[in-house]
Parts: sequence; structure tokens; C-alpha cells
Amino acid sequence: MTATPVAPAFLERIGVSRFIPSSKFSSVIVTLVLLLVMFGVGASRYRNFASGQVILNLFVDNSFLIVLAVGMTFVILTGGIDLSVGSVVALSTMIAASLARDGWPPLVIIAIVLVAGSTIGLLSGLVIHYFQIQPFIVTLAAMFLARGLCYVISLTSISITDPFFTTMANTRIPIADRMSITPSVIIALVVVVIGFIVLHHTRTGRTVYAIGGGEHSAMLMGLPVPRTKVLVYVISGFCSAVAGVLFTFYTLSGYSLTAVGMELDAIAAVVIGGTLLTGGYGFVLGSLLGVLLLGIIQTIISFEGTLSSWWTKIVIGGLLLVFIVLQRVLTARRT
Amino acid sequence: MKTLDIWRTLTRSRLFWPIVTLIALAILNVAVAPNFFSIQVKDGHLFGSIIDILRNGAPTILVALGMTLVIATRGIDLSVGAVVAISGALACTIIADAPDGNNPATVLFAVAVSILFSLVLGSWNGLLVSVFGIQPIIATLILMTAGRGIAMLITEGQIITVSSAPYKVIGAGYWFGLPASIVIAAAMFVIAALLTRRTALGLLIESVGINPEASRLAGIRSRGIVWTVYIFSAVCAAIAGLMISSNVTAADANSAGLYIEMDAILAVVIGGTSLAGGRYSLTGSLIGAFVIQTLTTTVYTIGIAAEITLVFKALVVIAVCLLQSPVVQARMHRRKAAPPLPPVPSGTISTPVPATTAGAAS
Amino acid sequence: MATPIVEMTDISITFPGVKALDSVSFRMFPGEVHSLMGENGAGKSTLIKALTGVYGIDSGVITLAGETLSINSPAQAQAAGISTVYQEVNLLPNLSVAENIMLGREPRRFGTIDWKATRARAAELLTRLHLDIDPASQLSSHSLAVQQLVAIARATDIDAKVLILDEPTSSLDADEVAELFRVIRDLKEAGVAILFVSHFLDQVYEISDRLTVLRNGALVGEYLTADILRIELVHKMIGKELAVLDDLEARSRGTSAESSTEKQFLEATGLGRKGSVEPFDLRIAEGEVVGLAGLLGSGRTEVVRLLTGADHADTGEVRVGGARKRLRTPRAALRERIAYSSEDRKKEGIVEDLSVRDNIVLALQADRGWFRRIPKRRQDELVQSYIQALNIRPANPDALVGNLSGGNQQKVLLARWLAVAPRLLVLDEPTRGIDVGAKAEIQKLVSNLADEGMSVIFISAELEEVLRLSHRIAVMRDRRMVADLPNEDITVGQIMSLIASGADA
Repeated sequence: MTATPVAPAFLERIGVSRFIPSSKFSSVIVTLVLLLVMFGVGASRYRNFASGQVILNLFVDNSFLIVLAVGMTFVILTGGIDLSVGSVVALSTMIAASLARDGWPPLVIIAIVLVAGSTIGLLSGLVIHYFQIQPFIVTLAAMFLARGLCYVISLTSISITDPFFTTMANTRIPIADRMSITPSVIIALVVVVIGFIVLHHTRTGRTVYAIGGGEHSAMLMGLPVPRTKVLVYVISGFCSAVAGVLFTFYTLSGYSLTAVGMELDAIAAVVIGGTLLTGGYGFVLGSLLGVLLLGIIQTIISFEGTLSSWWTKIVIGGLLLVFIVLQRVLTARRT
Repeated sequence: MKTLDIWRTLTRSRLFWPIVTLIALAILNVAVAPNFFSIQVKDGHLFGSIIDILRNGAPTILVALGMTLVIATRGIDLSVGAVVAISGALACTIIADAPDGNNPATVLFAVAVSILFSLVLGSWNGLLVSVFGIQPIIATLILMTAGRGIAMLITEGQIITVSSAPYKVIGAGYWFGLPASIVIAAAMFVIAALLTRRTALGLLIESVGINPEASRLAGIRSRGIVWTVYIFSAVCAAIAGLMISSNVTAADANSAGLYIEMDAILAVVIGGTSLAGGRYSLTGSLIGAFVIQTLTTTVYTIGIAAEITLVFKALVVIAVCLLQSPVVQARMHRRKAAPPLPPVPSGTISTPVPATTAGAAS
Repeated sequence: MATPIVEMTDISITFPGVKALDSVSFRMFPGEVHSLMGENGAGKSTLIKALTGVYGIDSGVITLAGETLSINSPAQAQAAGISTVYQEVNLLPNLSVAENIMLGREPRRFGTIDWKATRARAAELLTRLHLDIDPASQLSSHSLAVQQLVAIARATDIDAKVLILDEPTSSLDADEVAELFRVIRDLKEAGVAILFVSHFLDQVYEISDRLTVLRNGALVGEYLTADILRIELVHKMIGKELAVLDDLEARSRGTSAESSTEKQFLEATGLGRKGSVEPFDLRIAEGEVVGLAGLLGSGRTEVVRLLTGADHADTGEVRVGGARKRLRTPRAALRERIAYSSEDRKKEGIVEDLSVRDNIVLALQADRGWFRRIPKRRQDELVQSYIQALNIRPANPDALVGNLSGGNQQKVLLARWLAVAPRLLVLDEPTRGIDVGAKAEIQKLVSNLADEGMSVIFISAELEEVLRLSHRIAVMRDRRMVADLPNEDITVGQIMSLIASGADA
């Protein structure tokens, strides 16, 4: 799907562009600024908000979303999309929970989950490239398939009592006086760092950007386009599986109705983080900031107390709007 | 040789595979439940499995109609689920707060308000896409996210139940012997068909979807067209929302219309309209919606365990999409499939516009 | 004689409906510049794409350094030592200059990219081409000419045995061309075999050692540059159709003597758009054919886009029939009966998946609005009359335009614009990429239309065409209009020198 033909001359005419510096990192900087602003708002409104733990909790509570966002960034950078990630997270929790219940060793369970997620990604990627079907439809079908497999495993929730999982769930790693994080946070940050290195310091990563910049040109330049296109979906599937594992650490259960709509959270985080849906422009660090921004809104709303949860959705919708208009202005100037 | 030609023309039609799937599913159903096709008349109303399929599928059909035209302009409308929820929430809130829920005037008022509000919502989407030039998937994602919140705001987080006989008619009542929802869906289908094929609108929509720049240079003002299709999509979703909530005479902002956008998109794709825009087929989407609804029924009829329903549905959809893919189509007609890099005629323009529209779509 | 490094023998490639290459043989020798010549549509690009792995061949053999190769992808071609600079700049606008040059071959350290080394190598290559730009800058921030040179820098880095340059000079000025030729000569000495494609005969004669001529997908012959005269070469490229076009030329010269009426249809004063074209003046009288000449990228298309509302101007004004008009959109221009047949047929002209009928009535219908549909009977009449008048093949109004040949697609487009009964018809490269027969038909049509009082702006890279048809010729160079003269005793050479050196001449 591409943008419709009408030029955003309107935005240029109202002179918004004047206030925004033009640079590759503009979007990400804006996200960062907004994050700081939101933090400032929260700190000034509520006691206890301006504590280190509140910030760390952003990471603790959203570690799985961070991992999802990294995987999604890869896919969106090539101009594609992966709607199956939420369902793969749910499937991962189901597989983990049911195998744990049957007494399988935890490391084997995790290995199986990672392979499963990657396989779904592999199949999606292969179909997208070799059958030339649009990513939206293929990953939509994968989403239904993965969700369906969840139901096949079990319609009811399965608790996890395996000691490895419970340890991972309950461990807190102290950082400083009265501040701690969970192992999941570390795993999530490792994924972000790996994602960063791959995208900015390996040929594969540059090929990802190249495909987003122009698949035809990338092909003519002799880049391994088919391989890379399929690879990003494998990466996304793998990240979904990792996110699923982190989610089991968080919830200690497998439930087939969980993570519904999580893919949209991931997409929102990536967009807010400055990645263009058309591909070729974006940074994993931006996606990380996007997740934190979504998290801080949740936090503010829960601090507010009186605001009902549906305001979250409305605010996120509003935020998305602001960012998208911003992106439109920035890209309009780039051309 | 002649039969081969007929076979070729048939299979080349985009409607071929959806119809075949529908027939296959019907046969499957009849094999298990021989009374699948039987229709009885009771109290002047028609009853039967087919009628059930039609009635349950009416909301999906409606949303698919609106979605078809949006997709034809190279867009997509992810917000329809939210609109479904909002319209049900609005109508039920109005009826619940009114002195007499059974008063037809109240019901009409509630329906009118819902539909009018959907015009606003559709205009919002149209504004973002056609004036601000925002990509449809992300523009409608905004309403999709915020819209559920708005619906919950209207119902204040509760599930609102109403007792209103006139309201219940929309989703569960009967007109002219047929379920009212079928009549409404059929009427909308006819309206959409007339509106697009009797006027030049259909041609202009297709042109805009196939080649927006060429259309602009030919003097087509796409802004109004794009705006209109999003409004139409929202109206269809609103009516579907009224049907859904009327069926249970309640409004559940959280779950009403959940995933209906996916069903609608699938119906459109199965029906042969490409997600890349351009040539569309309302009939195709109709058949696609039938396929999806029949799938759900089939699963129930042949007694597939509830757990496997979704997987079964997913596999059928995947199969149809694969069969319709350009690669398989080309192989079936032994045409040389377009090479991965389509031939660029020598001497084409060489002014590179920074690719803001690079996509993985073929 | 040395052995050829590349030998393509009896290569045939067929696309649905068209035989692009018919048993063509071609060879290249190391240390030699070999030019591939032919009109648009002769098969040059197809042959190149066969060698570079973009197209698969249906029959024939390709050998490189004596070994038979089956080249299935650009990556394979590159690995085999064939490096290409395409006519369209196939680089990535979202990446930096250095990245574009080194993409896929970046030097690595411990498995990850060594950016310092990458930038350094890129800077080296840029210096070699005397290109003074920052390697870390984004590619899209540079002009088309610079991007073309970056593409060339990329191609020259690869340790190539064969370098293919497809119209590399179309956006370059004289100095840049000299630079490029210096690089080419250096590479020649290093033993690289170079394939050079250009429609600038002077450049071809300056740099190449050997020529191969293609016509309509078939091989006409291979010659040493020193052994064949320019006029003979043109003759071999165009073939016997030259006579038909000579006749047309005679007619045009005749009519230009009795100059068209003084009544001005359109007057543009100081019309310009920042970043697109410098302010220019242009006047067109009724029944006049104005030819617009210039290199690709010189601003010809930008000029007409301003006149037809495809782009809107920042400065200046346009008067149509004396009254000031604002032509901000194509629709506004169409309302003034100004029609624009765009250069890029595929992207801006035909609506592929619609029928011939729908394509023809499109602009007419757009003008009438959504609800006033043109009655079917009237549509049929209109479409049939144009199919016959323009000899559109196949003569089936329901055929999908995407399946027609280039020439017939162009005719369908012409029909679309003629159907709105324009008073000014702008044709941007209407004969590009179509066969000579259709070309002649279109040129005759233009001539007739002008005789009947229609104003025409005609753009073509083929200066002979422009000379043949125009009453007046305007010349563009570097986004500026540098000349506007009546077509009296002007030669192709004169236009070319105006293009090359502009107003300083």
C-alpha cells in the first residue's frame, strides 16, 4: 500500500517545516524530546514519579515489546510488515507452558520455541518472496495460523511452575539503592544492541536498508535481495519467539487469548520511533524510544488513577497522529 | 481444443477460485448434513442453514463492500472494527438513556446519530489520507487505536444492554420473509454497484488505484474520490455495527467487531481484488465474504473440534491466496510470469525520485 | 587479433508479444571500447540486461574469458567481473554516497563493516573522477548528474573485466564528459573491455574503437569505428525508412516559410519553479509547432510541466488567449484545452489494467465529473474513430492497454488527448521506444494537426525529428532556456552546439 497521490503541499504551506531541523535523526530526536517532556509532566504532577525505579519499570514491564519492536523494525525497513508477531508470542507461551507442564527441560523448551518462531517467519518470508504475495496478507494468514495453533494446544490457560521459569520471573537484579531490574531487561537490551550492530555494521543490515530504498536498484547492484528479504521475516519470527519467552517470565503462564493486538503496539512503537512504513529510513534505537514512550503513557495514566484505561488508547492514537504528521513533513522536505 | 479454451477463460477469471472454494465447501456441508440446502418457511419467514450463513455473514459483507472500494484506491481501512464498536455503543447508549426504548422514533434517532457520526469518522480518515497524504495503513491505524477508546468512553467501560424490540429487528428481525440484515446488506450492495458502475465513479476509482499519477495528469481530482470511499467504508461499518449490537441488543465496546477488518480484507482478497489497488469486484468481495462465513459454518457442521477451527480457516485462506498469486496464475496459464524485474523499455525516464514508495509488493 | 573476452552468440529473447532479440551475436575485446548502436527499441538495453543477468536468455550462448556462463542474476554477473552503470540511476537515495559506492563490497573487520576504510576508499574513487562531494552525505541530496557519476565511481571500483556504460553522459556537461572519457581511457589501458552506449554520435566517434549496430532486435553488423562514416552509420541504424521521413522534412520546411498566424495562443512570461527550471519566456501561436530540444535533464520536461499544470510555478505568469490564467493543476490546464502527453508513458500515461476504451475516454470523462457518464454509444463511436484514425493494433477496444506494444500505447495516449479537443497539445518524447513505422505515423499526425490550427509543443531527444516538424525551436540547457529561434536553415549540428555551449556561443 502506498501513499495516495495528493502532495502534502498543505503542510508545507502552513509552514510547519520551519520549526523542525532537517537531519536523518530528526524523527528520533523528536521522540526523545517527547519522552523527556512526558517524564517531566509526570514528575511534576505526581509524587513518586520522579524515581529511578519508575524509569526502570518502563523497561521491566515492556521488555517483550522492546524485543518485538526490534524484529518489526527489520521488517518495516524493507518496506514490509509482520502482523503475526502477537500470535507468535502467544504460541510461544503456549508451547512453553505445555512442555513445561510435561516436564521438559527448560533450555530445550526455549530452544524449541525459538525454532518454532523462526520457522513461522521463514515460511512467511518464503511465501512473500517466491509467490509474490503482499506481506500484509501473508503475515495476516500466519497470524491466524499461529493463533489457531494456540487453540489446538489448549483453550484454557496453563500455569508454569517450572523452577527455571519461576526463578527468571522473580529474580531482581539490583542496580543501585532501591532500584532493580529483571533478567528480561538485560535480554531485551542485548537484542537491541545486536539489532543495532547488524543494521549498522554488517552487509546484511545495509542490504536491509537498501531493499527499503529501492528493491529493484538493490537487485541490480548485485545485493542478495531474496535471501535478505526472507531473512528479515525469520528475524521477526525469532524476535517474536524471544518476546514470547520473556512474556512467560512475566506472566508465568500460557494462554491462547493473550497478546491480542500486540502486533499493533509493536508497529505503533516502530512508527513513533521514526521508522517510515515505506521502508529505507529508521533506527532500532528509535523503536526502543517508541516502546518507552508508549510505556510512559501507560504509567502516567495509571498514576492518574481516575483516568479510565480507554484514555490510553485515545492518547496513543493522538500520539501516532502527531508523529505521522511530523514524518510526513520531514519526508516532504527530503524529496 | 475448445474445452481447453473454455477452461482457460474460466480459470483466468478472478472469481474462479473463490467460487470453486464455495462450491467445495457447500458439497462438504451437504455430505455431512444432507439438509444443508433445505429452506423451510415458518410464520412467513425463511429458515435454514443457508439463511443462517447469509444472516451471520451480513456484517462482514457490509464491511467488505466498503473495504473493496478503499482497497481499489490503493488504500486500506483498519479502523472499521472500531467504527463497528462506536456505532453500537452510540445507538445503545441513546436507546438506554431514552424514556421508552421501544419507541420506533427513538430507535430511528439512535440509528441516524450512529450513521451521521460514522460520516464524521470516515471524513477523518479521508482527510488524513487525501489531504495530508498519510499512508492509509497508518492513518486508519490511528482511528483503530483511538476508536476503541472512544467506544469505551461512550459506554463508560460497561456493556450496555437495551431492551428494544424495534432495535432488535435490524440484526435479528425479518423483512419480506428474509432476515432484515440480509435485506440491508443486499440493498447496500445494489447501491454500491449502481453508484460505481452506473456513474463514472467506478472507472475513476480504478484509474486512481492503478496509476495515481497518470490519473492526476488526466485531470482526475483524486482527493474527492478518496475522501468518498473512506466515508462509504465508515458508513458500511456503522451499519454492520448496528446489526451486530442489535443481534444481542447490547453494546460491548471491547469485543464488538474484533478482527472484522481482517475478515473483510480477506474477503476482498479472496474475491480477486488486489491489495495493490485498481480493478475491483464487488461481486468478488461478496463471494469472498460468503466463503469466509461458510468456512465458519462448515467447521461447525462437519464437527471439527473447536480448537482446530481457526487453523482450518487459516489453511483454506492460505490455499486460496496461493492459488490466486501471480506466480501460480502464470504457471497455470503457461504464461511467462513477469520476471522479478519487469522489463523497463529502453529509453525510459531517468530522473530518480528518492524512493519514498519502495515496497515489497510486486 | 586478441581473443574476445565476451562472446554472445545467437542470443534470442522473447517477451509476451514481442521478440526483443533475434539471434544477435556480439563480442567484446579486452582493452577496447565497443559501442552498441541502434534506435530506441532496437534491443540495446535488452542485450545489456542479458549480459548482466537481469533477463534470462531463451536461446544462445554467452562466454566470458572462454568459459560458457549461465548468468542468472546481477549478483552473478558482478561476481563474474561484469560491472554496469545503467541508464536510470540505480542507486539508493536513502543511503550515503560512500555506501552507495561500496555497497555489497564494504571492507570488513572481524565480520563487521569497517566504516573508516569504506569512506576512505569511496573518497579515493570520487577523487579519481574529480568529484568533490562529501562521501558521508546522503545520495538524494545531490543532483542527477552527480548521482550518475557516483554510479560510475561504483562501477569503476569493481575489479571488473567488463564495464558496461548505458547512456552515461545523458546528464553530464562537457567537462564532466571529458573527465569520464579520461577514466575510460585509463581503464582501457588497464585491459578492461568497455561497452559504451550513447545516442551522441560525436561522443561515440570520439571514444569507441568498434561499433555494433542493432535494428529491430536483429544484428545489422559489427564495424571498426575508423572504417565507417557517420552518415553510413545513421543509415544502418534507421534503415530504408529514411526516405519516408525525408519527405516529411520537405513538407515541414515548406510550411515554415509561410509562417503560422500571428495570433498567440499562449504566452508564458518569467515562468519558473525553484529547483526545477529557471524563469523562461515562451510564446506559441495558433497552429504553430514549437520544438523543445536539449539533453535529458536539461529542463525540457520541467518547462512543459509548468505549462500544463503538472507542476505549479513559483514565479511568472501565463496568458491563454490574452487572459491571465493560473495553471496549478492538470485539471486547470485541461480546462484551457491544454493537453499533456507525458514523457514516461508507463508511469504517467497509460493506466495499464484498464481497456483501450477506458484509457481513451479517461480525460474526457474526468472533465465531465463523476456523475455525468459518457453514454456507452458515444464512447464506442469515439473509440472506434480513434482506433481507425490512428491505426491502433489490435483494433479491440476491450484489450488491456498494458498488453499493447509501446507504439500502440503511445497512440492510445494520443487518442486520449485528442479526444478532449485540445488547442495546445504537448508531446514529450512521443516517439521514444517505438518502432520506426509508428514513429513516422505519429510525426505525420503532428504535422497534420498543426495544419488544422492546433498548437503543438514537441519534445524529442532526436534532433532530426525536432527539425523535421517544428516551426520554431527552443533550446534548453542546464535548466535554462538558452535559445528560441525560427526553424530556418538550422542544422542538427547547430542545435547540438547550442545545447553543448548554450548562450555563450
